[in-house]
Amino acid sequence: MATVTFDKATRIYPGSTKPAVDAIDIEVADGEFLVLVGPSGCGKSTTLRMLAGLEEVNDGHIYIGDRDVTDVPPKDRDIAMVFQNYALYPHMTVAENMGFALKIQGVNKEERAQRVLEAAQLLDLEPYLGRKPKALSGGQRQRVAMGRAIVRQPQVFLMDEPLSNLDAKLRVQTRTQIASLQRRLGVTTVYVTHDQTEALTMGDRIAVLKDGVLQQVGTPRDLYESPSNVFVAGFIGSPAMNLFTTKIVSDGLQFGTGVAKVDRDVVASATGGTATVGIRPEDLQIKSSGEGLPVEVDVVEELGADGYLYGHAEVDGQRVDIVARVDGRKHPNAGEKIVVTPVPQHVHAFDSESGERLTKPVSAPAGV
Amino acid sequence: MALSITSAIPDPDLLDLPWNLPLDLWPESTIVALPKGISRHLVRFVNLAGYVVAIKETTAELARQEYDMLRSLQRLEIPCVEPVAVVTDRVAEDGEALAPALVTRHLRFSLPYRALYSQALRPDTATRLVDALAVLLARLHIGGFFWGDVSLSNTLFRRDAGAFAAYLVDAETGKLYDQGLSTGQRENDLEIGRVNIAGELLDLQAGGRLDEDVDPVAVADGIVAAYRQLWTTLTETETFPEAERWRIAKRVERLNDLGFDIEELSISRTEDGAKVVIQPKVVDAGHHSRRLLRLTGLDAGENQARRLLNDLDAYRATGGREALDEEQVAHEWLAKVFEPVVRAIPRELRGKLEPAEVFHQLLEHRWYLSQKEGRSVPLAEALTAYIEDVLRHRRDEITMVNPPTATLTVPVGVIGPSSPLPGADDEEDWRAKV
Repeated sequence: MATVTFDKATRIYPGSTKPAVDAIDIEVADGEFLVLVGPSGCGKSTTLRMLAGLEEVNDGHIYIGDRDVTDVPPKDRDIAMVFQNYALYPHMTVAENMGFALKIQGVNKEERAQRVLEAAQLLDLEPYLGRKPKALSGGQRQRVAMGRAIVRQPQVFLMDEPLSNLDAKLRVQTRTQIASLQRRLGVTTVYVTHDQTEALTMGDRIAVLKDGVLQQVGTPRDLYESPSNVFVAGFIGSPAMNLFTTKIVSDGLQFGTGVAKVDRDVVASATGGTATVGIRPEDLQIKSSGEGLPVEVDVVEELGADGYLYGHAEVDGQRVDIVARVDGRKHPNAGEKIVVTPVPQHVHAFDSESGERLTKPVSAPAGV
Repeated sequence: MALSITSAIPDPDLLDLPWNLPLDLWPESTIVALPKGISRHLVRFVNLAGYVVAIKETTAELARQEYDMLRSLQRLEIPCVEPVAVVTDRVAEDGEALAPALVTRHLRFSLPYRALYSQALRPDTATRLVDALAVLLARLHIGGFFWGDVSLSNTLFRRDAGAFAAYLVDAETGKLYDQGLSTGQRENDLEIGRVNIAGELLDLQAGGRLDEDVDPVAVADGIVAAYRQLWTTLTETETFPEAERWRIAKRVERLNDLGFDIEELSISRTEDGAKVVIQPKVVDAGHHSRRLLRLTGLDAGENQARRLLNDLDAYRATGGREALDEEQVAHEWLAKVFEPVVRAIPRELRGKLEPAEVFHQLLEHRWYLSQKEGRSVPLAEALTAYIEDVLRHRRDEITMVNPPTATLTVPVGVIGPSSPLPGADDEEDWRAKV
């Protein structure tokens, strides 16, 4: 078990002036499940590969526990890349399939047997240890493959988009399995995905990257409720947060014919006379008329109990797309004109130039 | 039925395949039973007009990615299977969507490792396979390709004059890096290869298909040594006094012997001007193959080419041909030596081995006969003996059909409730076998 520390770790590819990963600082606690998330090219996989020893670190350091592993070869880092290889060997028993890598490492027979047994117990595979893989169900086979990584008892598990080749249904099942197994094992895990839903459902904490720069590290709730800038606000959450630039007025931000109320000192710190307002789809209230932002409904997506309304508004002469969560049974229809207003305590405001958050972070409930 | 086929070399026969059925339900009449390695996806072989293709069911994204990757590797002249098509939008009769597929062309005369022995894998064969894989890995790394799943199962082997030449089959986990690979990436590939090869050999051992003299772990360790040695020769910096400039030519020769050409060599002087520093910057495999192709138009494996060129050189050295132009002699050798041999092979035996491999084996056989009889046996005489005593008794390898091998597909991602399947193997104490 170990912590993982990125200390101003930087990766600059040869021939490039811009770092692929720029002075990243992250501390992963012992036993924590940390997810690195961001769009393609943000540096998340490079960050993981730096930790794995597959990418050179040009500046800064990486520690596993107290040990500086910046220049340690991959196989001496005591890490395991999980799901790299699913191959199971048909003539070997489940136990042999799980334990053969230990044999190569020179681990003695008693210890191999012990570690295989422990892993099998964790994975509910104990009754099948003497069987060949073909006698197992698909799910059991997959657990044997996981067992191969577990018996090595690494300090850290690394996973790089392990679910990317699964269809949607299996992805949901498998991510639940991985998350619960990680919690049972208590092994520090760093997991890379481009899918923010996967990040929100699996991680203890999430690190959001963009263009090689760390944007925010926090719990799923931190990121959802208090995104530190416009990028995180737009990236985390699906459908995405409604974001548009609007005028600062005396007691908040102009919101159509109404006002999205925010603290006076918040808007005082903004540069210029505008700010970016952010409202999540579930934080928009819908009225047929009155003060607020007039929206023309384009389409309503019904998802059973609730649904999403997609429409557009005009703000200072610019077309702005709006998404709002609606009741699945009772909602306006396409072509209707409605008015939306924000739920007061859920208005996010960002500096329209720097993109940084202006509103105070939403404080977590006591005890969290 | 909806269907979408993307291909650079479209073959209309592809349309006739039963794409509306899941691959595992394709009729036996369509399927060619070729041996396969251990794969995580379902792979089956199908006969199209005149050639065999491998069909792998996977996801659209992976199929597309692997198709593009194989095309990139081909452009880099890396030995690999040829991508034929990506098939998407497959729909069953009942309207249910079926998995997209990647179609690759089966390499003629290539063999998966599981087909390279009839009873058990012999120690020297195992070592030669691992050596061939080490050469392939070094070539991939020089091209900036991180494989991510180095294994015997993901490789096909062609006989190459007593050795093997390895071809990459599965590029699913691979990635090309424009800036080349870091030492960490190369080391990681090597470690993955070592573990996979050990696993594959241990599996053969468990199935009683490995000669008892083979130590799986030692053979697997062999890839590390073979690769490191090759990599050092290909890339190391040499420093020597100015007076020893002949060492530049020596280095070029050493790489040529290993089958590599130096495309770019950096030569510099140390700051004090006393020493010369050289380092190959760009190397290219296929030194002998290219020379043979240039001289004769024959396309052969690297070792086969070396063997044929030796024979060509010997031909030139005899009969007063030294003064003749190399191209001219090559033309004559082709017409008077090589082609008559190939033409002499009875038609029904032509599927046994590639012509270049036949020629190599013939030269071996002539040497063996000459040793036995204590005289120089002429090629024509050796040829008759070789055809009757050796070639006729070999199996066809043009597209290997036997032995059918058990493979196991691990369905990716199905983590369902524990439900043991009936017909499990005999229970035995697993502790004895870890």
